[in-house]
Amino acid sequence: MIQTSQRAEACLLLEDGRRFDGFFLGKRGQTLGEIVFNTAMTGYQEILTDPSYTGQLVTMTYPLIGNYGVNDADQESSRPAAAGFVVREVARAHSSWRADAGLEDYLVRHGVVGIQSVDTRAVTRHIRAAGAMRAAIADARADEKALLERIRAHPRMEGLDLACGVSTPERYVVEPKDRTRFRVFAYDLGVKANSPRLLAERGCEVTVVPADTPAEEIARERPDGLFVSNGPGDPAAVEMAIETIRRCAREGVPVFGICLGHQLIARAFGAETFKLPFGHHGANHPVRNLELGTVEITSQNHGFAVRGGDGDEIPGAPELRLTHVNLYDGTVEGMAHRSLPVFCVQYHPEAAPGPHDSRYLFDDFVSLMEASG
Amino acid sequence: MPKRTDLQNILILGSGPIVIGQACEFDYSGTQAVRALREEGYRVVLVNSNPATIMTDPELADRTYIEPLTAEWVERVIERERPDALLPTMGGQTAINIAMELEQAGVLERYEVELIGANARSISMCEDREEFTLAMRRIGLEVPAGGVAGSIAQARELVAGTGYPAIIRPGFTLGGTGGGIAYNAAEFEDLVRRGLDASPITQVLIDRSVIGWKEYELEVVRDASDNVIVVCSIENFDPMGIHTGDSITVAPAQTLTDVEYQRMRDAAIAVIREIGVEAGGCNIQFAVNPEDGELLVVEMNPRVSRSSALASKATGFPIARVGAKLAVGFVLSELPNDITRTTPASFEPVLDYVVTKFPRFAFEKFPETDGVLGVQMQAVGETMAIGRTFRASWQKGLRGLEVGRAGWTAGKSLADDGLEGDDRATLLAALRIPTAERPFQLRRALEAVLRGGAGDPAQSAPGDSGAGTSPGRGGGAGAELPLTLDDIFRATGIDPWFLDQLMQVIEDEQEYANVAEVTPAHLRAMKRDGFSDRQLAALRGETEAEVRARRHARDIRPTYNVVDTCAGEFPAATPYYYSSYEDEDESDPSDRDKILILGSGPNRIGQGIEFDYCCVQAVLALREAGYETIMVNSNPETVSTDFDVSDKLYFEPLTLEDVLEIVEREQPIGVVVQLGGQTPLSLAQGLADAGAPILGTPVDAIDRAEDRERFERLCRRIGAAVPPNGVATSVEEAVKVGRRVGYPVLVRPSYVLGGRAMHIVYDEASLRSYFVRAVEAAPEHPVLIDRFLEDAFEADVDALSDGTDVVIGGIMQHIEEAGIHSGDSACVLPAYLLTGAELEEIRELTRRFALELGVVGVMNVQYAIRGGRVYVLEVNPRASRTVPFVGKATGVPLARLAARVMAGERLADLNVPGEPSVPGVAVKEAVFPFNRFDVDVLLGPEMRSTGEVMGFDDSFGMAFAKAQTSAGNHLPQGGGTLIITVNDSDKPTVTPLARRFHDLGFRILATAGTCAYLNRLGVPAERIFKVNEGRPDIVDMIVSGRAQLLVNTPLGKKSQYDDFTMRRAAITNGVPYLTTMSAMTAACDAVIALRSRVPEVRSLQDRLAPPGNGAPAGAAVPADLVAAGQDPRG
Repeated sequence: MIQTSQRAEACLLLEDGRRFDGFFLGKRGQTLGEIVFNTAMTGYQEILTDPSYTGQLVTMTYPLIGNYGVNDADQESSRPAAAGFVVREVARAHSSWRADAGLEDYLVRHGVVGIQSVDTRAVTRHIRAAGAMRAAIADARADEKALLERIRAHPRMEGLDLACGVSTPERYVVEPKDRTRFRVFAYDLGVKANSPRLLAERGCEVTVVPADTPAEEIARERPDGLFVSNGPGDPAAVEMAIETIRRCAREGVPVFGICLGHQLIARAFGAETFKLPFGHHGANHPVRNLELGTVEITSQNHGFAVRGGDGDEIPGAPELRLTHVNLYDGTVEGMAHRSLPVFCVQYHPEAAPGPHDSRYLFDDFVSLMEASG
Repeated sequence: MPKRTDLQNILILGSGPIVIGQACEFDYSGTQAVRALREEGYRVVLVNSNPATIMTDPELADRTYIEPLTAEWVERVIERERPDALLPTMGGQTAINIAMELEQAGVLERYEVELIGANARSISMCEDREEFTLAMRRIGLEVPAGGVAGSIAQARELVAGTGYPAIIRPGFTLGGTGGGIAYNAAEFEDLVRRGLDASPITQVLIDRSVIGWKEYELEVVRDASDNVIVVCSIENFDPMGIHTGDSITVAPAQTLTDVEYQRMRDAAIAVIREIGVEAGGCNIQFAVNPEDGELLVVEMNPRVSRSSALASKATGFPIARVGAKLAVGFVLSELPNDITRTTPASFEPVLDYVVTKFPRFAFEKFPETDGVLGVQMQAVGETMAIGRTFRASWQKGLRGLEVGRAGWTAGKSLADDGLEGDDRATLLAALRIPTAERPFQLRRALEAVLRGGAGDPAQSAPGDSGAGTSPGRGGGAGAELPLTLDDIFRATGIDPWFLDQLMQVIEDEQEYANVAEVTPAHLRAMKRDGFSDRQLAALRGETEAEVRARRHARDIRPTYNVVDTCAGEFPAATPYYYSSYEDEDESDPSDRDKILILGSGPNRIGQGIEFDYCCVQAVLALREAGYETIMVNSNPETVSTDFDVSDKLYFEPLTLEDVLEIVEREQPIGVVVQLGGQTPLSLAQGLADAGAPILGTPVDAIDRAEDRERFERLCRRIGAAVPPNGVATSVEEAVKVGRRVGYPVLVRPSYVLGGRAMHIVYDEASLRSYFVRAVEAAPEHPVLIDRFLEDAFEADVDALSDGTDVVIGGIMQHIEEAGIHSGDSACVLPAYLLTGAELEEIRELTRRFALELGVVGVMNVQYAIRGGRVYVLEVNPRASRTVPFVGKATGVPLARLAARVMAGERLADLNVPGEPSVPGVAVKEAVFPFNRFDVDVLLGPEMRSTGEVMGFDDSFGMAFAKAQTSAGNHLPQGGGTLIITVNDSDKPTVTPLARRFHDLGFRILATAGTCAYLNRLGVPAERIFKVNEGRPDIVDMIVSGRAQLLVNTPLGKKSQYDDFTMRRAAITNGVPYLTTMSAMTAACDAVIALRSRVPEVRSLQDRLAPPGNGAPAGAAVPADLVAAGQDPRG
């Protein structure tokens, strides 16, 4: 079954010329994007459907993918967002009482181009050393020179506003579990389904709005809180939400940002963002909560970060202070406004996939709304 | 939080002898803990009765007490050392139980000793099933518990609720001792009764059966600031119903969605918080219903465990080391990840490979048992394999198990796989009952599924197919339903994902076997999937060498990947490798002089921790001497596979192919094969043939010592006497040899380990039946027949040689007479009952053997001494089981010195005494798994002990008493009732001994013959009934606790059954029993010593200190005087 006697049919080519051969997975075809790796050992379906992976070829470091199939409940958005999928081995048969289908069929159905039988550890080590870069999955017989040219012509992540492309075209409402305690507006820059779900569980009626919703429109609705979601691309390229953040904050409306939302809050108050060499993608990064002194194991997925400073300072944004720090590389993982009810984290407290250590942040957001209401 | 400064002096308890359920994993954990605490500047005091451990190496702890692990003796250590704290979580259930006893008896409070790592409250919450159930319900979790019963009546009430099958588990016992599954009321009552007896608190837990549910374990660590991490998830291949120690297990979990995994993780965190493990690691087991995901908490161990050792090796996260540091106040984020060194320990390891652990069983040693796996652990060892895919690690693991399979291959015959047929019904019936052969039965079943399920009719029993004419499709077998994967799933509960993975292995094999020509890409793909050269050779009718040659010609070589805790996200500083066939090799050999040390693989009876001790000592010595040391081993329990012991660790199976590839990659200047027992020794010839530089003793010496004829020639040349003997390749030849040499004879197959299938045979009829029952004689495996020397003493000698000089490490005298396997016999150092002339002859013969064989390194010789004559029984040009014992008794580290000598140094330059002295008397006693296996306890030439203990004191009596206490035989100190029933030939010997016991105030009961004999010679004894002579009989006395000691020597065939029940009753009721006269003599000395001397504990460091430095008087006794049997203290 493992194509033992066959020749490689697909290849993964990186912009620096490094090539890995394997076999097609999912749709047979060609796809380009930025190659990144994710170290989570479970949750491949959530990862595939996380809109923050838009434009990226995701390499799973765990070698066996697809063991438990896919199911409707674990979709973080309506369809896979990743531009491509790179794995060592996809399960031929899956087993789980939760499964609705196998991963391979799912990828074919959604037209995701992937490659398998690749030495994903070698890919990972290469990215670790050379940094995230552009790459393509293509037919192994494709002309390598021409393919390299295409890869090098493909836009880099820097300067790309991808959030608008993945945002909901129209607003929709996620109803609270019981009665409505708070009305929250959520900027969908590529939101994962679990964030509104966790807010709804805490009594919030969540109105999810498109990324290009003007500040005016939200201000008119007088929300109890503003949530700014995760999403793909370069925060420097996303403008619309920044004005809303500033305006809500000034009006005393509690603001909570995650991931891209965190980067936008940073920029709203004058901080700078930059691209990390190969980003953080996984479910095991330790983050210290500076207020409590505790360490959370966090779910991470970001290629850009907010530039940090000395002590609790955030350069360029004197109103913000550092609240969470990554224990792996010391990068900024969370901030809060020194006087206003605004806070944000770089990582993913909504997890899915990943540990639930940071769910308290959703409670904190609700508490802020309680306090200001 | 930084470390605590209010503590200076910390006591750590080991786990004692290796027993089923508690093996070298606690040497690994304890050694890490001792190192971790000393690193932080604490003074560490260690108590462990097991001399074969690295942790008891006198250089490791500040004070090392090789003393009995009982509350009473540990209290003496506490009194002497006055520790500030006790860390009880590193020594398994043994240490936990002692800590709880000391706590409850107020000892800890009296001496102001603080329990660290776990507190008494959380320990008792885990152990007391009722409290545990309540605790789980408080946090909204469910357990399978029906409830706790303290009596049969209570148990009956509970089972009415749980229904059958019901699981019975005694409270506070180790590895599920005394537990079982009851399918009906009769089995239930029997198991409850046994469980209540086995439980020190007379409690059994009756569980709702979750047999067939998926089983998971999480290894969780918490620090004092309430940070919790999950180090590893483990999924059991075998579902609930089979003890996790007996299950094949896989890390990480393979078939859980993130939603389910996070739910389990949340539950684990809630559990550790609720139970209140303050700082350290614990293991939590879960059961998951495969139908709907229902999650139950099965149990929790608030300490390091076998699983945590496995998890440490599987992830690279050293749980015990980190746990020890957390116990003294550090928090996770203050500790570095020892593998990356740049990131903190407060993270969760991620794997980019699959780890599979296989249990290793020893049922062949206990043929009376049924070998069915259940809730009570029966495995004696384990092997772990790391591969990039599940299939690769599965194949590697089966290679590493060393059960004669080249991977996942079927046996030569159905019987080899425990099957009587391979039709659907037979296969399913076999699969429903889990045994050690299950992986191979699964293979046969999957092959049947591929065939279309009916099984090969030709293989069915004759007569099955009615007319029995043609075995065609129309026959009876053809009418059978085809076997399906679903059938197998239903019979075994093994997740369909695993079954499909295994099915792929078989499909790939068939494809490979049938292609016209194997392309290089195809060969590479098969290697990548984990097939060994031997397997591939067999598939296409080639030899292993041919496959290897073709593979090398195409440059298809393994790559080595790093176990780095982070799936490649960060560079790893620690070189810990496994093989794969990927694109990149990370092993990066240095240009230093390297020495490869081959380990001993999975523990088994006859090859255990002693050899790991030797390997680790060699690594330490060679590192010290400036070599780069490279360890190869596949046993996750051991110290040798701790990634910071050697310079480089290859976690690989010990097969010729796997080792050769490492040799070729690393190009070492030498390979050490003589310290890891039979495993590396059996690879020596193949390695040498392939050009690997074997260090030390020439490979041919192994054959000269093992091959019967060459051994005879060797002995003649040296002038050593051997018992009359012969070799037989058929029954008739054997009978001839028997007549020539005279009965009794000792018979055994050639090339065996631990006395496999070795028997003493008293007459021709028994000799014939031996061939029927035990061995198949054939020209390629002859049977050795030796005249058995009755009533001889045996002596074991460990010696060192550099080819010129020979050092006698120690001459140990066995306490039991000849005929009992040296591994099962108690022995004493120095040998005080041998004469000076006998000892001198032993020394001289040993020297000659060493020089004649060209031994460079260590060797062991076994002698029998009868009537002043010294006979040679065996010569082993390798390290023996007793090397660590001798090392602890003399302070001379034989294995370290052997390594230095192998690397080319001279004994003369290493400052070794000619024959090291023993500062006192050291007694080694064996420990047996008789409480787990319902077998006879009589000792014989087949080794059955799993571990050993050491008693060390100034007098023989006290040393023997300590050894007995350590081995769990509690000699009645205060007198009581002694039951004697011995055979006629022992009656003269037993009489003076009985008199001594009588004088000590014992009441003597004896069976008719013995009683009459004793009375006639004036020893007061009362008669007691044998079984079936009337009531109350011996068994009644034992069961009702009215006997304190039993002396029984075998009475001949007709009373075998009575003897058996009597000895079993003694085991079950914890009554010490003696089955030889020499053991009775020693026990008498021990009782006298216990009464007349003040029990004293003394650390190894104090005892071994050079004279004039506060050393005990014992050390000053000249070695020759002691050795000459004139020990004034005797």
